[in-house]
Amino acid sequence: MDFLSTLISGLSVGSIYALIALGYTMVYGIAKMLNFAHGDIIMVGAFTCVVAFSTWGMNVFVTIILSVVVCVLVGVLIEKIAYKPLRKAPPLSVLITAIGVSYFLQSTALLIFGPNQRSFPHIIDIPPIKIGSLTISGEAAATLACSFVLMAALSFFINRTTMGKAMRAVSEDKQAAELMGISVNRTISITFAIGSALASIAGIFFGATYGFIGPYSGSMPGIKAFVAAVFGGIGSIPGAMLGGILLGVIENMSKAYISTELSDAIVFGVLILVLLIKPTGLMGKAINEKV
Amino acid sequence: MKKFASFFLSLTMAMSLLTGCADKNGGSAGSSDSTDAQTVVIGGSGPLTGNYATYGISVRQGALLAVDELNEKGGVNGMKLELKFEDDEADTTKAVANYATLMDQGMDVSLGATTSGCSIAIAEEAKKDGLLLLTPSGSQKDCTKYDNAFRVCYMDPDLGFYSAGFIKDNGLASKVAVLYDKSNDYSAGVTEAFLQRAKEIGLEIVTQQAFTNQSNTDFSTQLHAVKASGAELLFMPIYAPEAAYVLTQAGKMNLDVKFFGADGMDGIIEKIGEENLQYAEGLILLTPYSADSQQEPTASFVKNYKENFNGQVPDQFAADAYDAVYTIAACLEKSGAKPSDKDFNEKMISAMTEIEVKGVTGTMTWSKEGEPTKPAKAVQIADGAYKELK
Amino acid sequence: MKTKKQLLNRYMTYIVLIGVFALVTIGVETGIVSRHMRSLLVPICINIIMAVSLNLVIGFLGELSLGHAGFMSVGAYAGCLFSIHFEAVLPTFIRFPLAMAAGGLTASFFGLIVGIPVLRLKGDYLAIVTLAFGEIIRSVIINLDFTGGASGLKGTPQDSSFAWAFSIVLITYFVITNLADSKHGRAIHSLKENLIAAQSCGVDINLYKLMAFVISAFFAGAAGVLTGHNFSILTAGAFDYNRSIEILVMVVLGGIGNINGSILSACVLTVLPESLKFLSDYRMLIYSVVLIIITILGSSQRWKDIRSSLLSRISFKGKGKVKANANE
Repeated sequence: MDFLSTLISGLSVGSIYALIALGYTMVYGIAKMLNFAHGDIIMVGAFTCVVAFSTWGMNVFVTIILSVVVCVLVGVLIEKIAYKPLRKAPPLSVLITAIGVSYFLQSTALLIFGPNQRSFPHIIDIPPIKIGSLTISGEAAATLACSFVLMAALSFFINRTTMGKAMRAVSEDKQAAELMGISVNRTISITFAIGSALASIAGIFFGATYGFIGPYSGSMPGIKAFVAAVFGGIGSIPGAMLGGILLGVIENMSKAYISTELSDAIVFGVLILVLLIKPTGLMGKAINEKV
Repeated sequence: MKKFASFFLSLTMAMSLLTGCADKNGGSAGSSDSTDAQTVVIGGSGPLTGNYATYGISVRQGALLAVDELNEKGGVNGMKLELKFEDDEADTTKAVANYATLMDQGMDVSLGATTSGCSIAIAEEAKKDGLLLLTPSGSQKDCTKYDNAFRVCYMDPDLGFYSAGFIKDNGLASKVAVLYDKSNDYSAGVTEAFLQRAKEIGLEIVTQQAFTNQSNTDFSTQLHAVKASGAELLFMPIYAPEAAYVLTQAGKMNLDVKFFGADGMDGIIEKIGEENLQYAEGLILLTPYSADSQQEPTASFVKNYKENFNGQVPDQFAADAYDAVYTIAACLEKSGAKPSDKDFNEKMISAMTEIEVKGVTGTMTWSKEGEPTKPAKAVQIADGAYKELK
Repeated sequence: MKTKKQLLNRYMTYIVLIGVFALVTIGVETGIVSRHMRSLLVPICINIIMAVSLNLVIGFLGELSLGHAGFMSVGAYAGCLFSIHFEAVLPTFIRFPLAMAAGGLTASFFGLIVGIPVLRLKGDYLAIVTLAFGEIIRSVIINLDFTGGASGLKGTPQDSSFAWAFSIVLITYFVITNLADSKHGRAIHSLKENLIAAQSCGVDINLYKLMAFVISAFFAGAAGVLTGHNFSILTAGAFDYNRSIEILVMVVLGGIGNINGSILSACVLTVLPESLKFLSDYRMLIYSVVLIIITILGSSQRWKDIRSSLLSRISFKGKGKVKANANE
């Protein structure tokens, strides 16, 4: 596999990781919690897609919108039922609830869809793009293009709109934000909604690229996206994008040039090295110790 | 003191959970004398949840179908069969706990476990009890280490050995690439034997590619390497779920090689689904069982299985489990043993090497070592269905 | 600052533990305890050791570790390889403790390696490094030949028994509670309460952080050796990230920093999934709901009042714990 096509497939996997990592990092920035169930939202999104498109025969756009809506609802509901009562609890209790939610989503999917993976419909029907000897698959091209548009839109939203400002304010200082008239609960709900929407898009790309989806399909990409979020500096939005894409590229490069079976060990090794050099991730803010 | 009372109370309460279940059976393991000796209890363990759930569920359904069929016909020698199947999540600790639970419930014959590792752990326990253990799908060599342990499926090294021979004898290819799951014992075991045999008979291995269960969705790097190696055939002793990913991705990148798999890949047509079925076209599997066979007993097995389980097509795991139950029935008939007999286990174990079972995975006889002898068939996927080769 | 009351508490816990051990042993001997539950005795002890040792890192050091199963796995392989090599030479009662020491020491060596980044990292960054460590270990073990690779390591003598496992539980309890009470323990605890204050009082942060990590890894390694000697096969897959999470759940539900709580919740959470078996296909679903409800109830104020009246007085430094919760 030549260097360029390795790079392109790395970028494409990486942008899926980045979309998921954004959800982790936004929720962490605002609610200061690791939402371990986030990976399973991908699975929910992808399964919704399979049901809507293959079983109900809906058209592509309705399918995508439906899958986003379902994920947003699930995400917000999870937050309201499982995380909100724990707003003042120690972070570890919230982590355990998140793990519980993750088990819940997985076992519900197992009961509904059975243990077998389902094949994912060909909803992205774009012919491969050929540039010289280089071939980029339609899925990879769509994933890359869409992720960049989404990330740009998200950056605009966070930096330029009032709601985005409110989100940044809440993540800086909850109490001060509340004093300024920002509804913390609403902001947190919106964060979960955006994170889940991004996850559902990631789920669709994941399904379209690899072709299959099962009840446990979300957990591995979820863990890798979590790693990506930390890699980039958890809480930092550009960090999550960079971390996700770098993780995908490093993973593919080490598979191509070092060892396919040790690629995960290498990815984690690089992560540890980066954290040793930069303890708060690539773009994380250094935390000042206050006495 | 009050607080200690509470700590003590809660600990003893936790412990009383321990004893809670015992009362029912009073620890009378080994025989089902609580019932009237008219029931033979068959116990099995396998992953019903978690990443490997699909295999355990297939085994349970296959065994259940066989038990129901036999009971409908009036049982074996007038005795009813009963299947008890527990979830082990492919974890040895849970598998051994399951074995103990099943012994509490009066298990007479053990189906071991679905996965090799768990089956090996259970074999150690079953040896102490002297119980007949017949694992449907535990394919690692050590699963049948002890005299009381037998299996229905092929042993891993045998499959690798046969596969290499088949490729050579039929002149399928001279340059062969291998893709296997390094974190899976079945895949690693078959590959090892395959490589060894390939060397002996002069098959050229042009590249060996591996993956692990931490990254089993993206195979683009491995497939590009296979393409670059100039291989004519890709041998992949992996399970159907991963194979579905591999075939789909290979198809999308127009990888022009023959694909060759082993029995673990059975069920690929259902796993790959209609949308991607085109990519499985031409795949050859070396397997003792194929679901499209028109011969009996396979044809009626597939029909009944579909009727009972939402139209699912039974895979290799279900077929092995189905055969395992019929094999146990054959042992009961041959030996005339009853669970109330003192030498029930001995009778059953010695019957194992005397019987011949015409099962859905072929006609089998067993050696003292616990290995089945049955013919391997090669099937090819043509026009979206399995076709038997020769 | 070991008060008389605390000492009394400590002794009472030993008495309770030994009492339960005696009761269960009598139960086993007389056949009251079912075979199913007998098969769970060693796993329960293993989980107690894991939970208590993880509590040292989480409860006293205040750092989140997601790679505890990684230490367990290193210890298990080291101990089992030791036993396989010396099976013919040494009798069990010498070999097994030595294997345990070998496993524990190997795991603590890895604890030291992981502990070094700990000196620079905090919170979730540390958590991810421990998670990464666990996954690296698993990858490497699968790719090595002398560990048996994916097929697993076979041929380890089955030396584990309830008595051995229980002795290790006692030793773990003894070491960790005494450490917690000692000068070192207070130093470790001070890191969690207020790092900067501790530092300015002259506490050598690095030394104590490493110490907590290494000791915790040692016992995880010993628990691994017990696991490895309990079954005829040892596979790396059994020590994945989900296993670490399972132990973490035990620590959190038992109360962070509460050793007795860890012991109790390790018992309950080992038996609970087994006793939910009658739910068959709905087991994991119900288990996840139970987990969520327990956690939410656990942090509601009313439930906390009830629980603290029951548990805080027997818990290790109960007051400190409640205060810590209130601070967060």
